[in-house]
Amino acid sequence: MSQSQPASESVIRRAGKKIVNNFCMTFSTVNGSGSATANTILLKSLFNMGIPVSGKNIFPSNIQGLPTWYSIRLSKDGYLARVEKDDIVVSMNPTTISAEMDFMVPGAALFYADDIKVDVAREDIVLYPMPVRKLIREAEVAPNLRDYVANMVYVGVVAQMIGIDMDVLYQTLDFHFKGKKKAVDSNWAIIEAAAKWAAENLEKRDPYVVERMPDFKDTIMIDGNTASALGSIFGGVQFIGWYPITPASSLAESALEFLPQLRNDPETGKATYAIVQAEDELAAIGMAIGAGWAGLRAMTSTSGPGISLMGEYLGLAYYAEVPVVVWDVQRVGPSTGLPTRTAQGDLTQVHFLSHGDTQFVILLPHDPRECFEFGWKAFDIAERLQTPVMILTDLDIGMNTHMVKRFDYPDQPMDRGKVLWEEDIQKLVDSGLVWGRYKDVDGDGIPYRTLPGNRHPNASYFARGTGHTEMARYSEDPQVWEEGMDRLRKKIDANKHLLPKPVVEKAKGAKFGIIGYGSTDAAIEEARDLLTAAGIPTDYLRIRSIPFHEEVCDFLKEHDRVYVVEQNRDGQMRQLLAMEYSECGGKLIKLSHLDGMPLSATWVRDALLAKEEK
Amino acid sequence: MATQAAVNLAGLNRNDYKGAPSTLCQGCGHNSISSQIVAALYELNIVPENVVKFSGIGCSSKSPTYFLSRSFGFNGLHGRMSSLATGALFGDTTLKALGVSGDGDTASIGMGGFKHMVRRNVPMVYIVENNGVYGLTKGQFSATAEKGLELKRQGRNVFGPIDICLEALASSATFVARSFAGDPKQVKEILKAAFSHNGIAVIDIISPCVTFHNKEDSFHSYTWGKAHESPLHDISYVAPRDEIYIEDYEAGTTQEVTLHDGATVVLKKLEKEYDPCNIYDAYRVIEEAEQNRWLLTGIFYIEPDSKTLFDYHNLVKTPLNRLEPEALRPDRKSLDMVMDQYSK
Repeated sequence: MSQSQPASESVIRRAGKKIVNNFCMTFSTVNGSGSATANTILLKSLFNMGIPVSGKNIFPSNIQGLPTWYSIRLSKDGYLARVEKDDIVVSMNPTTISAEMDFMVPGAALFYADDIKVDVAREDIVLYPMPVRKLIREAEVAPNLRDYVANMVYVGVVAQMIGIDMDVLYQTLDFHFKGKKKAVDSNWAIIEAAAKWAAENLEKRDPYVVERMPDFKDTIMIDGNTASALGSIFGGVQFIGWYPITPASSLAESALEFLPQLRNDPETGKATYAIVQAEDELAAIGMAIGAGWAGLRAMTSTSGPGISLMGEYLGLAYYAEVPVVVWDVQRVGPSTGLPTRTAQGDLTQVHFLSHGDTQFVILLPHDPRECFEFGWKAFDIAERLQTPVMILTDLDIGMNTHMVKRFDYPDQPMDRGKVLWEEDIQKLVDSGLVWGRYKDVDGDGIPYRTLPGNRHPNASYFARGTGHTEMARYSEDPQVWEEGMDRLRKKIDANKHLLPKPVVEKAKGAKFGIIGYGSTDAAIEEARDLLTAAGIPTDYLRIRSIPFHEEVCDFLKEHDRVYVVEQNRDGQMRQLLAMEYSECGGKLIKLSHLDGMPLSATWVRDALLAKEEK
Repeated sequence: MATQAAVNLAGLNRNDYKGAPSTLCQGCGHNSISSQIVAALYELNIVPENVVKFSGIGCSSKSPTYFLSRSFGFNGLHGRMSSLATGALFGDTTLKALGVSGDGDTASIGMGGFKHMVRRNVPMVYIVENNGVYGLTKGQFSATAEKGLELKRQGRNVFGPIDICLEALASSATFVARSFAGDPKQVKEILKAAFSHNGIAVIDIISPCVTFHNKEDSFHSYTWGKAHESPLHDISYVAPRDEIYIEDYEAGTTQEVTLHDGATVVLKKLEKEYDPCNIYDAYRVIEEAEQNRWLLTGIFYIEPDSKTLFDYHNLVKTPLNRLEPEALRPDRKSLDMVMDQYSK
């Protein structure tokens, strides 16, 4: 195909009108080809130009060879949810190019490696072939590195064609490779050559351009798993038992990377923590619960299949009252499902985990900033309540890079909960009082605990998952059982003020309410603006923890109908709300969708309007 | 005034090592093992507060309440003692750990975790009270039941038994022993040596189930065990502070192994040449005993100077569970530094 093929008139007409800082680019590459670096450089360069931007990685469960996509959305107005259509596609993968055309808007630009045969059925898109092989050959790159730097060709070409500031691009590259000269130079040589080639050979026929905006203040770009690890570290995590699983692995690996920098004793260099990669998820949670029982701030990180395996152990922790923090970076289930795609499908599983009556505290952060905040708070909550705290994120939050405000340093001192050491036990003995592990002496349902290693002869107790008395002795007594279980219920219900409250946003003249949680927030916020523009203002409540706060009940009472937006098939949050507030069940309308892709604002708007019309 | 009970060097009497009364069957081998745990720790002068107990689920796993009530303990999930203990011991690595499991708990549901705990060389005395049968669920075959065994309601066992000592050796165990609940002296001496070992000490103790599995011709019965027990050696544990006094054995018939804490275990060889520090010998004698249907007991293998899991973690000296918040929460400057890494 010749690059001089005439674009249709409509394209040329559109091209006359620039579209600035408001479009979406998708990069189609082959997994394992090193495209992550190229995409990150572009994303961060745009960020460094002050343009609000988000990046979403759509990748296969594969190490090398299958197609992978990376979408960058630029939005001068700060809308950073996924969009379903592409304005620019960069294709380095011959196997997917025809499918990608289905997602291109009229007037879109297609950049492609010129050795790919393109059979264009559409006349309304602009074609830009790129001589990738030629440029690599001429750049004198070592043969073993050619594949890795090939993607830098599109960085240079696209940067030139949309107008990325080349100084910013260079600084971004330099920062990315931490100033390692060899890596910076070899990549920059390709980028520069490609940009030069584009300037000399390609005529701009599409409307998409970027322009510098004011620099961001106090803003970072970070993925949720790194943020979660950092939150845990600033929360004083001391033990991590984990087992590799997509999309959670990078959480424990980030901890492994940061802990030695942040938490080794400054004088001796020795560790105040331990991380153990377990043999399976049963052992990962078992180790974490053992460590939590022994008084360590302990956690594990996993995804849905791991949660399934951890059920029995978490029931034990609930009943034996062991603090532990569990991160569930959700992916699409059931079964192995879509292991590299995002979902909110573990909510009811986590809520009802394990046999018998249980109750699990659930935290629902919506972005990396909340991952950090909930990360350190979770330990305070777990140790105060002596119970597991489950934090549900998802692949979209966890593995994609998000633009957020810099994290705030914890604004509360650490709360280690009710723990008695030798001198505390001695004081009780001296005042003629008897300590009992499961005695509710303060009336808040929370007993006092002792930790192994406490050498007072009266300090020990025998922890167990079997029925036990206030004194931690084995018991099958019906009354003892019932009283114990009632206290466990009270312990959490009476202290739910410790959990993050929902965020409520109200609009004048709102006809109905929307409830959401987690990563769908960005799509919901944007959809609300679209609806407001269409004359339909809405109220919005974002749930951040379970059990629910009073505000949730109030919100339901205040509205005739409430749409519950979520990413699963069955509307799991709606199910929980309908159970908790059965009197409001009729008001709750399911608005759920799960295809593995992050929700878009247009889907939320359209699905909601479709239901409104009924 | 009554005469004062005898005390050990820790100033404690035997009662200080006791637990709640056993609710296991009269004559259960496990009760005899509990008594030897009390005796061993009393004689070793180990303060109960310095011990932490673990167990899984089953008859054997109930037993830790029947000794050392002044020690912390955790009776966890079926087959999951290994992970629970591994995590818990990070809380205070100065504690001595004692785990009691059964053949169902270790060799069936918990086999994976068991082998990984052994591989990590978690410092713990790991006792398997092995009776070849599920007792609490009333008499099903376990994975250590011998081939051909017949049980009421179960019929005949057609599968070969899993040998816990072989599994431990194959997982790089650093202390492997087998004993017989009907030989309390040997149980006690092995336990003492195990407590002086710095690393995992796996002790497979054949412990007859008097209710469901005590037929005279069966491997896991008292009668058969008493008639067929074939000790590899006589074992004498010599505490670090004691002068080693060895009876007048023939030259070359005894072997001493110095354990981690300076104690010595003196092994008087009975029939054959045997080196407990040689893993090939260990495999050989266990296989020979299996072929010949001997209940071979003794310390099969010791690797006295092995590195434990904790040695690889380079932990601060203060027990982790006593660290103050300032040691656990990095300062503001550290957060700024990290945030800078993500600001461009």
